[in-house]
Amino acid sequence: MGSNMAENHPVGFQWVIEARERGAKVIHVDPRFSRTSAMADIWAPLRAGSDILLLGGLIHYVLENKKDFREYVIHYTNASIILPEEFKDTEDLGGVFSGWDAKDRRYDGSSWLYGACIQSGRAAPRSAGPHSGHFKDGSGATADLRDCECDPTLSHPRCVYQVLKRHYARYTPELVERFCGVPRERFLKIAETFCTASGTEKTGAICYALGWTQQSKGPQIIRAAAILQLLLGNIGRPGGGILALRGHASIQGSTDIPTLYDILPGYLPMPNLGPNSHSLADYVAAYRDPTGWWWNFDKYIVSLLKAYYGEKANKENDWGFRWLPRVTGDHSHQGYFLEMLDGKVEGLFVMGQNPAVAGPNSRLERKALSKLKWLVVRDMVELETASFWYDSPEVERGELRPEEIATEVFLLPAAGHAEKDGCFTNTQRLLQWHQKAVDPPGDARSETWFMYHLGRRLKQKAKQDPRPRNAGLSALTWDYSLEGQEPKVEEVLQEINGYAVADHTLVSGFNELKADGSTACGCWIYSGVFPRPGENCANQRNSQDLLGHGWGFAWPSDRRILYNRASARPDGRPWSERKKLVWWDEQNKEWTGLDVPDFTRTKAPNYRPPKDAQGDQALAGDKPFILHSDGTGWIFAPKGLTDGPLPTHYEGLEAPVCNPLYPDQQSNPAAMRDERPENRFASSPDERFPYVMSTYRLTEHHTSGAMSRMLPHLAELQPEFFCEISPELASERGIENGGWVTLTTPRGIVEARALVTRRMRPLPINGKMVHQVGVPYHWGYRGLVKGDSANDLVAISEEPNVRIMEAKGILCDVSPGRRGQGKAALNQLNAHLGRK
Amino acid sequence: MVKQILTRWPVVRQLLTHSDGTGAEAMSDRTRNLAPKHRDAQVARSVCPYCAVGCGQLVYHKDGRLVSIEGDPDSFISRGRLCPKGSDSFELLTHANRETRIKYRKPYSTRWEELELETAMNMIADRVWDTRERTFVEERDGEVVMHTTAMAHLGGATLDNEENYLIKKLFAAGLGMVCISNQARI
Repeated sequence: MGSNMAENHPVGFQWVIEARERGAKVIHVDPRFSRTSAMADIWAPLRAGSDILLLGGLIHYVLENKKDFREYVIHYTNASIILPEEFKDTEDLGGVFSGWDAKDRRYDGSSWLYGACIQSGRAAPRSAGPHSGHFKDGSGATADLRDCECDPTLSHPRCVYQVLKRHYARYTPELVERFCGVPRERFLKIAETFCTASGTEKTGAICYALGWTQQSKGPQIIRAAAILQLLLGNIGRPGGGILALRGHASIQGSTDIPTLYDILPGYLPMPNLGPNSHSLADYVAAYRDPTGWWWNFDKYIVSLLKAYYGEKANKENDWGFRWLPRVTGDHSHQGYFLEMLDGKVEGLFVMGQNPAVAGPNSRLERKALSKLKWLVVRDMVELETASFWYDSPEVERGELRPEEIATEVFLLPAAGHAEKDGCFTNTQRLLQWHQKAVDPPGDARSETWFMYHLGRRLKQKAKQDPRPRNAGLSALTWDYSLEGQEPKVEEVLQEINGYAVADHTLVSGFNELKADGSTACGCWIYSGVFPRPGENCANQRNSQDLLGHGWGFAWPSDRRILYNRASARPDGRPWSERKKLVWWDEQNKEWTGLDVPDFTRTKAPNYRPPKDAQGDQALAGDKPFILHSDGTGWIFAPKGLTDGPLPTHYEGLEAPVCNPLYPDQQSNPAAMRDERPENRFASSPDERFPYVMSTYRLTEHHTSGAMSRMLPHLAELQPEFFCEISPELASERGIENGGWVTLTTPRGIVEARALVTRRMRPLPINGKMVHQVGVPYHWGYRGLVKGDSANDLVAISEEPNVRIMEAKGILCDVSPGRRGQGKAALNQLNAHLGRK
Repeated sequence: MVKQILTRWPVVRQLLTHSDGTGAEAMSDRTRNLAPKHRDAQVARSVCPYCAVGCGQLVYHKDGRLVSIEGDPDSFISRGRLCPKGSDSFELLTHANRETRIKYRKPYSTRWEELELETAMNMIADRVWDTRERTFVEERDGEVVMHTTAMAHLGGATLDNEENYLIKKLFAAGLGMVCISNQARI
């Protein structure tokens, strides 16, 4: 769902075909009939934006028909936990959970915590602060399972299982048909088929991509899949799980070792301004869980600080904790681009990204760039972000004039992947090293080279300036060996792996990290990738088994399937011979099997924690979800998400219908619109914008086109920007296949060729035909083949947990003919907006 | 001698071997001596730079130049396959529009200029230092802030882990830049 795996992860999709050849059933649910659909056993069309309705419908089906894998649910999930009376569901409050503050537009999640926590006074959830992208606070929030009231019969009215049942009671097949556009019989077929992939002998997997994530409730959609998979007992088992199909060579790596604003390597939170960050002790107390694996939190932050700040970081100065910058607001892509538009950002580095084409509301982003004092772009080509000042549509339309743009622009050529050493992390958490083959041409250099030499210069300036602001920069360890002028990349990976401070011996894993300053580690979840000198596990290419051990290194600790403790019964035997993965070896008293156990190796299945046990010791031998303080899979999420413990159907920020479940809560109440004149929204519905569009990718192009539209072969394969519309829509608006059409939204106006195809079909939604439009987003104003950018149509908006924009299920109009050229385009857009 | 000439004649070979003229018997010397362009080349083991499947790639190179990029049959993920994008990786690295020199645009200018690499690096370091100097906030109401919001970074999903590590390390832990983002969300 929410993915077109055959076309966007084609080589990965060979495995889906292999599975199908062996009898697996492939189900595809998507607004478009794509090549993935063609390879599926069952396909259903879906109205973009209604995913939670469908997934909730599947959850409803499982509960109604008692299809859950009961033994798994009882032991491995929090289904039996009894919630406090204070907790109120959306069904009780007309569309919001208890704790909603309508004025501040935020939740206070304290009534979502387990009852025992509130009673014992143990939970003191500190406010996430208005600016945290993550709801990472709330210490001890889920507390110790042993203190929680449970009902293993799952019948107590306030147990999670019953709360779940009530929450999804109205997600019937009939509702799914009326508002998703999936015919009832088709939906039931999907439900029956998928639910048979459950139990001891069978498993089912769910794959998703940006069809799910680029929505104002993206994480909640994924949560709904997680609930389904927990109910069916599919998590941690071979052939089960949930696979995120991410879309860049190392986007997983750039999340783990984040060039993101609100986290530090290994998913440690950035310090937020406020009481949580007064001292390292406060910070650790805020985020550390007394039970479960996050008890080790202090070891990871101290080791990271030692890696960053080296010798100068010591106990007295909190290991340099106060040198870390504090988060004080929305410093995300959307947040700072809006600040940029308002003239508050002076300088920007862009490395291997192209916001002028691929940023949400790319018109706004290009205008924002023109407000910068200086811009440094590093890429292999002169892409749209580097040339906006002379050849963007804004210049063509007279909105910007080069003579009036003050931005100083540096375009530095970058090395390609075969011209540098380094590793990527793929979408399955696998680190793979790419070996340098040749030098980059001319002045092209790697990012490693650039950062190292920039850092060297800045540290030199700091040397002459001993003010407190430069303490961190001066302390920063920056002594990588050089080969010629090129830093040794393996040394950086070794720092990421971690080492003993005293003698720089490499650590073999995160179990060796300490909180006393004796270890340094750049990213605790990657620890183990370089356990001994000369042993770069990311560079291993000797696959030994089905899971690929011996090829690359999967974090954590080369565990290929997460939570694989759940692949064994509570007593440690595999659920079945057919689906065995890891199991308890009674003779050797350890976990063993076909994967590295994602569990403390020597913890027996019948281990029951003593009363005051802490950390991992506090989790019993039958609790696989070791990063949760109660060790269970969370069907109900007592913390972690800002907008609710259970996924709820809301319509998108723009929608063709009213929310059938909650007329008073049309869209996700916690989502942010960032509304302003340059970033307007349609109403729901809106006569000016009657169709539902979603952006997507093609096989032959890659993201903004800088790596594909510049290449002759790929440009030739997919030369022109087009959109996909149904024959019905084409007929309604007099559009011919191959002819020009103009697409408009409240943000922008673009022209494209029309691909009129049966792959798109109008869906009957609540008695009205809703047309959907598919728009690939790869085109821009530079390259061998050029075209308008689909992201000119998309709004800047922010989902409340991760601040992702909504690019699926937004409203648009499609009309035959080209758009006005130059200034006329804007006049045409304004005229369209002015319509009643 | 005559026999030699005759047996090199495809028609004769065809008759002698009872074949139909479409196989090896019809090959010219040139054809028979063709070799893959990566014969005698060295090979670097690599990973496709496009999507996140992480297909294995074999990067063939000779004398400091790329020869071709193909799939790695040993990869348990891809088994030697590459999609159209991955298959075009050689072009990605060698196409005519690849930038190899610095391009520099002065404020208000209508054109690019050239710039030496070392000069550019010095200028960029100066810009960073200057902006940071004027906009850095050390504390607010007695609370540690230690940041600047006037400089930002974008990018990461196409970069290496080591590069992302150094970017976050220098920009955030060193310079106090909090506005850091890339294509990812979590």
